[in-house]
Amino acid sequence: MLEIKNLHARIAEDGTEILRGVNLAVKPGEVAAIMGPNGSGKSTLSYVLAGRDDYEVTEGDILFKGQSILEMDPAERAATGIFLAFQYPMEIPGVATMEFLKVAMNAQRRARGEEELKIPELLKRVRTAAQELDMDMNMLKRPLNVGFSGGEKKRAEILQMKLLEPSLCVLDETDSGLDIDALKIVAEGVNALRSPDRTIVVITHYQRLLDYIVPDSVHVLYKGQVVKSGEKELAQELEKNGYAGLIGEAA
Amino acid sequence: MMNLQVQVRHTAAEEALLSAYSERAASLPGDERTAEKREQAVEILKKGLPNRRVEAWHYTDLRRLLSTVPAFEAATHLEQREPLLPGSVVLPVLNGIAKPMQELSDVSVATVTNELTDGSLAARLALAGTDDAIGAINAAFVTDGFALDIPADAALGHPIELQNVQAGGQVHTRFAVRAGERAKATIVERQLGDGAALVSSVSHLDVGDGAEVVYLIIQEQPDDARHLGQIYVKIGKDAKLTLFVMNTGGKLVRQELRIIAEGEGSEFRLRGVNLLAGDTHCDVTMILDHAAPHTVSTETIRNVVTGKAEGAFQGQIRVARDAQKTDAKMACNTLLLSDEGGFSSKPELEIFADDVACGHGATVTEIEPAHLFYLMARGIDEKTARGLLVKAFVAEVIEELEDEQVVEVLEGKLDAWFAAHG
Ligand SMILES: Nc1ncnc2c1ncn2[C@@H]1O[C@H](COP(=O)(O)OP(=O)(O)OP(=O)(O)O)[C@@H](O)[C@H]1O
Ligand SMILES: [Mg+2]
Repeated sequence: MLEIKNLHARIAEDGTEILRGVNLAVKPGEVAAIMGPNGSGKSTLSYVLAGRDDYEVTEGDILFKGQSILEMDPAERAATGIFLAFQYPMEIPGVATMEFLKVAMNAQRRARGEEELKIPELLKRVRTAAQELDMDMNMLKRPLNVGFSGGEKKRAEILQMKLLEPSLCVLDETDSGLDIDALKIVAEGVNALRSPDRTIVVITHYQRLLDYIVPDSVHVLYKGQVVKSGEKELAQELEKNGYAGLIGEAA
Repeated sequence: MMNLQVQVRHTAAEEALLSAYSERAASLPGDERTAEKREQAVEILKKGLPNRRVEAWHYTDLRRLLSTVPAFEAATHLEQREPLLPGSVVLPVLNGIAKPMQELSDVSVATVTNELTDGSLAARLALAGTDDAIGAINAAFVTDGFALDIPADAALGHPIELQNVQAGGQVHTRFAVRAGERAKATIVERQLGDGAALVSSVSHLDVGDGAEVVYLIIQEQPDDARHLGQIYVKIGKDAKLTLFVMNTGGKLVRQELRIIAEGEGSEFRLRGVNLLAGDTHCDVTMILDHAAPHTVSTETIRNVVTGKAEGAFQGQIRVARDAQKTDAKMACNTLLLSDEGGFSSKPELEIFADDVACGHGATVTEIEPAHLFYLMARGIDEKTARGLLVKAFVAEVIEELEDEQVVEVLEGKLDAWFAAHG
């Protein structure tokens, strides 16, 4: 489903290399966790997957469903089924959340050759998804993410993910900022999306999330490379011992 | 003997205006008083159009920018247009000629031609100063328009649209609206057409004590037209006026807003949306006098600039010595969509009272790349995403108009503009 091959990427503005040969393959139906110390390049990797142009890919390739996505812009990538739940969702003043959801859902449906949703059907879907995430519909009357609390923003990201039904979900520290109950609700939301033809990549620092969303594989990113891969026990080991031993090994 | 020193070398446009006047003077409507005002206006034109060294015209060098003046054209057949707001009563001026319309039960309507002929309009043909080029061009040539009188306590059940449609050549029109005490009305002044015309249009709006008026000036001339607009406004005691000005077209546009808050406790809102594309030059110049105590005003201008367009907003607020407790807030925000366009903002506060709250601010921003990325990451193509962000920037001012129908129609204009130029 997702194959990242020797991916090198740098900051477009100043040329600083952040990703230095990332290799990672995730199969359909697989849930992969990516861990790693602060500043190791996890968010950068997620942005590069989504096509943010602050970063330039200098080497390597990203294959999604067997096709390179490097030439696609973010909208095209989203239309092929890539979704990134942001670590820091942006506040966009003046853009009504409901209007945004309508435009986004229908843009993707159009791109896939599906019929656009009419307002009542759209509202129904949004209401159902919001209910499942225990979100107040009134929030959706506000401009996109504006004034949402940290946890509300994260929930709103998962709401979008549910509505857009992507085939690759990348969750960048969705657990940070969520209270204990919200963490459960969000994890349930993600688990409900688990399916044989969907790939989920969870970026996190904490075992706690992985207790709820149990990963099939765990990968450690360090200084822009995947330095270790393993099964779910790897996360538990890291929780206990930290990265020190591992980093020593890698060096 | 002629004094050679005051001789000006006229530009082609100035020559064209002066010779057009010589040719037309005899056939223009008006009695002696009107004719005298026309002559006075022409004397001003003879001194030449103002250039950028004239302070009021610093951002709009009319002498340079009004490079050509089209000849008057024989009237072609023109139909009136659908009104901006469904259900409006339309008063059309086609090719500079006010067309007879159905009787209005609650409003009395006169034509400007009649007022020029009987001399009753002469006082209003006076110029605001020697730099009042728009007033001068209009006073010299004005032929027609409408004057409305809305009686006291009337609450109009429908908007009235003053529709000024041009088909090229020159069009010089006037409108006057007097809203009586406590009257309630929504008036649309529509400036449009499909010719490369030179249009001058001067309006007078008197908002009576306790009246509530929404006045929308919608200028949507084609890209090769030149539009010179002016509105004089007086706001009475405890009256409320919302003046909304939207510019979405024209090659050269100047809109002068001359407002006097003369009644105690009056409220004035100016909301401006300038959508500038191609090589448009658009100038909105406001002079607002807070002449009475406890007057409140807010002015919000939002500009979207693309292509090589240039714009300017000059906002002058004068607070008279006895206009204590005046509260005025002015803001001019620009969203630049291209590197080649620009917008200048010149706020000016002249405050002679000591107990007032006045503020102003201006910003120029570009589309935030992070916002664009976020929207695109949800599958929204770049153009649509930009459109959403542009709309977000402007819609706030439109939504303040509250009336759902008005908001929807104006947002539709915004979408159409963006689809064509964004
Ligand atoms: N646009 C940018 N401009 C400058 N530096 C950047 C930019 N993007 C990333 N970096 C730098 O690249 C490195 C990796 O950042 P990234 O956000 O990918 O780390 P991370 O693994 O997600 O960290 P965290 O766990 O703290 O979220 C950091 O040193 C960061 O400062
Ligand atoms: Mg990060």
